Amino acid sequence: MSEPRELGAEGIRLAYDGRVIVDDLTVSIPSGKTTVIVGPNACGKSTLLRGLARLMRPAAGRVLLDGADIHSIPTKQLARSLGLLPQQPLAPDGITVADLVGRGRYPHQGVFRQRSAGDDAAVARALEQTSTLELASRPVEELSGGQRQRVWIAMALAQQPDILLLDEPTTYLDVAHQVEVLDLLHDLNKTRGTTVVMVLHDLNLAARYADHLIVMAGGAIVTEGTPAEVISVDTVRSAFGLDSVVVSDPVCGSPMVIPFGRFHRA
Amino acid sequence: MATVATRPETSAESSVVRARRLGRRRAAIVSGVLALLVLAVAATALSVGAYVVSLPDLLATLAGVGEPRDEFIVLTLRLPRILLGMLAGLSFALAGGLFQSLLGNPLASPDIIGISHGASAAAVAALLIFGLSGLAVAGAAFVGAVVVATAIYLLAWRSGLTGYRFVLIGIATAFLVQGILGYLLTRADVRDAQAALLWLVGSLSGARWDDILLLGGALAVLVPLVAILAPRLRVLQLGDQSAAGLGLAVQPSRLALLAVAVGLTAVATAAVGPIAFVAFVSAPIARRMVGGLALLPTALVGTLLVVASDFIAQHLLPGDVQVPVGIITGAVGAPYLLWLLATTNRSGAVR
Repeated sequence: MSEPRELGAEGIRLAYDGRVIVDDLTVSIPSGKTTVIVGPNACGKSTLLRGLARLMRPAAGRVLLDGADIHSIPTKQLARSLGLLPQQPLAPDGITVADLVGRGRYPHQGVFRQRSAGDDAAVARALEQTSTLELASRPVEELSGGQRQRVWIAMALAQQPDILLLDEPTTYLDVAHQVEVLDLLHDLNKTRGTTVVMVLHDLNLAARYADHLIVMAGGAIVTEGTPAEVISVDTVRSAFGLDSVVVSDPVCGSPMVIPFGRFHRA
Repeated sequence: MATVATRPETSAESSVVRARRLGRRRAAIVSGVLALLVLAVAATALSVGAYVVSLPDLLATLAGVGEPRDEFIVLTLRLPRILLGMLAGLSFALAGGLFQSLLGNPLASPDIIGISHGASAAAVAALLIFGLSGLAVAGAAFVGAVVVATAIYLLAWRSGLTGYRFVLIGIATAFLVQGILGYLLTRADVRDAQAALLWLVGSLSGARWDDILLLGGALAVLVPLVAILAPRLRVLQLGDQSAAGLGLAVQPSRLALLAVAVGLTAVATAAVGPIAFVAFVSAPIARRMVGGLALLPTALVGTLLVVASDFIAQHLLPGDVQVPVGIITGAVGAPYLLWLLATTNRSGAVR
């Protein structure tokens, strides 16, 4: 089971080569919940995720895990609490699923203690939870997109983090595989108590799976809260500049955004 | 139902162990076969030549109880050449494998991106301009490799390091350094140019025990470093972001691995010259047989490649000509390079 951890940012400024993307942003990630960050392209949502994942050092402000600046925590120790699945991870040629998922054990291994039975157990559990156990000895490049994404999630789970950050985990997947991956993450969150933070493009899937929804635009948080509190015609207009109607999702009752277009108006 | 509920823990674990063991066994078998092939070629090369030493005589000589004449031919004339070839092959192959997996590009090999060329140019300059000889030339080759590698690293650095930039800048650097080499050679005296030729092709003909001790000593430091850094490389292979997410200090790790790879290239080139394409082809060949990083099979492929190529260069060419080993490895490597370029996918990313 994952431990409850407090992750948040205090007045952070994130910049690439001096170009400021996110400025003076403060956010607190609810522990043990699924948080989804949405927003238009280039709104800084992936940048914020990278900041929370300590891939970027803030030019100002701090990212805190249980009150400690994440850049002051030894990297391997931090990796045991905080896992990350980037948008396009690389699978080395010819690597098998078991080998790839085993590399998620790196933060638990030392220079002289390379591998242990505990590693095998963690890898086995990660494969089981993602239903990829039967793929264990297959080369990763032979897998379908959906299977591959489950394997990457398995690698992040083998790391046994309390908080899992995912940058658009459903990009490049067809709708069936998107739902499959999101179901898997939902399941992990509910059964293991892992705090899940992800960036998603699809507003309706975000509204369906999020406990806590953060809407960003122009490098700042427009609004945050439960999907029901947050998703409204006004929010969609102010964040995306898009007119829409919001209805209740006939499957699960979460808010559902139906956009207008130039040729399609009510 | 009850059996299903109690089963998972152990059976899942054992299938993970089984999957891993399968990979390990494959690597062990491939390495064993490669090692046997190296031994077979080395034994053949020790016994065959203008004077043939029979296998029993060869074994007796190696055990130290052979005839004086066999001893001279095997231990003094043939063994140093083969040992030096083995060490150089191992060194080049490991260097190539490290570069290629670090930069995620099969073209990122020291003999393609100009690091070997840097060693050659420095050695030739030391010979022709400064009139140095022997160990000093080897030292110059070492310095040349390090200087070129540092230059590429600094030029390719743009708030981080990407493999693609590194390779492109490396290839450009290779051309630049080759231009310098050509200039040095055209200005040289014919006899000096002959001596400089060794540094253009790579040859085992002048092998001495001093070279072997020097290269062996360097490898005694570098190879354990490779073993210590290998887990970091396995994580780096997943991409910078994943690696950072797994708690790896990305840039320092990459710098350390690059330094070791440059060291391997530099010491091998300093000992035998730039034996073409050994660094380039060894790891891809090994990884075709064994998945993953495959460092041990890579080293063995490089060893086999150099020893076998040298045997061909000495004994198997038509018309009884003898050429430097680098000519043969070049003949093996160039078609592979062409194939690699031909099968590069449309986006330009070589996989």
